[in-house]
Amino acid sequence: MWSFRNRGGVKLQYHKELSSERAVVNMPLPRRLYLPLQQHIGAPAIPVVNVGDNVLKGQLIAKAAPGLSAPVHASSSGTVVAIEDHVAPHPSGLQQKTIVIETDGRECWVELPSPITDDFPLAVTPRELNSRVAAAGIVGMGGAAFPSAVKLDLKSRYQLDTLLINGAECEPYLTCDDRLMREEAAAVIDGVRILAYALEVQAVIFAIERNKPKALAAIREAARQEPWIQVMALPTRFPMGSERHLVLACTGRETPARKLTADMGVVVHNVATARAVARTVRSGEPLISRVVTVSGRGVREPANVNVPLGTLVEDLLAFCGGVHPVPYKLIGGGPMMGAPLPSVRVPVVKGTSGVLALTADEINDGAESPCIRCGKCVTACPCGLVPVEMAQLVRRGDLQGAQAIGLQDCVSCGSCSFICPSHIPLAHYFNFAKGQSGALDRDARRQDRIRALIQARNERAAREAEIKKAAAAARKAAKAAAAAAASVTAEASASAAEASTRQLEETT
Amino acid sequence: MIDTHMMTQAVQAVGAIGLLGTGLGVVLGVAARYLSAPVDDRAEAVVALLPGSNCAQCGFAGCKQAAVAMVEGRAAPNCCPPGGASTALRVAEMLGVRLADDSVAELPTVAWVDEERCIGCTRCIRKCASDAIVGAIKQMHTVLPEACYSCGLCEIECPTKAIVMKPVMPTLATWHWPKPATPHRVAAN
Repeated sequence: MWSFRNRGGVKLQYHKELSSERAVVNMPLPRRLYLPLQQHIGAPAIPVVNVGDNVLKGQLIAKAAPGLSAPVHASSSGTVVAIEDHVAPHPSGLQQKTIVIETDGRECWVELPSPITDDFPLAVTPRELNSRVAAAGIVGMGGAAFPSAVKLDLKSRYQLDTLLINGAECEPYLTCDDRLMREEAAAVIDGVRILAYALEVQAVIFAIERNKPKALAAIREAARQEPWIQVMALPTRFPMGSERHLVLACTGRETPARKLTADMGVVVHNVATARAVARTVRSGEPLISRVVTVSGRGVREPANVNVPLGTLVEDLLAFCGGVHPVPYKLIGGGPMMGAPLPSVRVPVVKGTSGVLALTADEINDGAESPCIRCGKCVTACPCGLVPVEMAQLVRRGDLQGAQAIGLQDCVSCGSCSFICPSHIPLAHYFNFAKGQSGALDRDARRQDRIRALIQARNERAAREAEIKKAAAAARKAAKAAAAAAASVTAEASASAAEASTRQLEETT
Repeated sequence: MIDTHMMTQAVQAVGAIGLLGTGLGVVLGVAARYLSAPVDDRAEAVVALLPGSNCAQCGFAGCKQAAVAMVEGRAAPNCCPPGGASTALRVAEMLGVRLADDSVAELPTVAWVDEERCIGCTRCIRKCASDAIVGAIKQMHTVLPEACYSCGLCEIECPTKAIVMKPVMPTLATWHWPKPATPHRVAAN
């Protein structure tokens, strides 16, 4: 399929065998949970608890901000001991507002919304379903963490016909979706049906890469009663799980630049998101845990772990037997598109699909040498771009030139960096350039706002000067009039005096 | 007779030259008015891109003078500190010149009022061109960071040194990857 419709992509060594046969285990409750207010794309959530409050498991602790946002719930019962800045699971190493809960180990649940247990068609309307998903704080769990309810609402603005379930899991090492499909196939398919019901679409494609035969078999088995769910086995090629490439591979529809797959009538949801939606609808539980793959040769016991959100990576690694005493690199997400974690003190959040401790021999990290014009990056780019030229423009500081040849169409999949024999950090150049042009756009909008402010002030000053001038003129006129009146009266009195004198003279 | 003939010829010659001169003069006059190359419109366009507060940090009397200097090549397109990187890029694009790389890498700053020192004199408020400072006489002043464009006039004006220009720190929403370091071998090319 990929070979006919999709261009580019790379073949990788997957190393999935490190963790693919390890069943999902539950992580014991850590002593402290660190729940950042922003675990999603959009505005940070707003805390609704105070330091010292006792919270129950599943209780809302931060509500969604207006606009694009998602709420945060307590992953376990305990006491809020701080609402403070804590290092974020973000390559910058910057801090963000985080609610810290000291757990009491009792796991007392808050009163949950009543579960919807009826069979299809569900008794609730798609709109109610949507608000439930929003209230449960569910976001895309493939890594992008886009609020799912907003994606379900796309049907109001786009003509949708297909729901595409992304079970490709094309990143090396990661096996959390694989395990979920194998162990909880029925729940995943239930979630898929709920998503399809909420989106009001008739066609569902469930896409899984061929390197997961057991997951394929399990999902095929679970979906046997639902012939309208088409389970599709995809060739193993990176980046198959990229939204627009997956849509192209499965439906043959190519999403134009700067358009959404929704423009093509397709909405893509991740397997783990479907599972989370099923849990929320069937039991009322909000999103408070997720399956994380802990892998890499730096980890003693690679595993798939069901982790309460807010658990520190430190605790998670300790649960997996700790790390080998060799130099390693800590990565959040997959090795291709994930980002280095600044510390082991960062929490697991809604979008954390993997925690990898990669040793030096697992990293293709040679010294950079000059480009030899082999053109491999051009062949590898799944977006049809010319990475070598774009990187050169970015290096020279010509962002506009890079944009003119498609910088914004780059999905940062890293295929070009991976394939480059000269170890040129091509994707890094594009990440920098995209960030920089975003910053320049923001700055330009700010300058426009400020120019308007300055103009308004200048106009106001001119108006005030005008009014002052008018007032001064009026005062002057009034003074003149008063003076004139005074002189008139003076004249009158003078003439009266004269008349009286004359009278006096006449009488004398 | 001969004299008359010569006179006629002379008159004709003078007349012809005169007519030619007048005609060409009219043509030149019309051309000067209607075909003239506009001298100043780029300066006008550049003025429209600048903040317009005449803060004089560029070293010119005001934004208009700076714009003229930029058009004439006497000033760099990025000579406006409060305008920042985006203004420099816009001006460079309008004038068709290239900015030197990394020429605008400085962190933006924003004014900040030290509440221990502010005496509420409103002198900064009167100086601020973008209405970014709020306060009243003998009341604490404060800066609206969204409206401040870091011209620094308030810092100079403040009699108690209560205003400091502080760098704007990156946040999770504004941070982005830095530019990869260029290896020496490539740089030598």
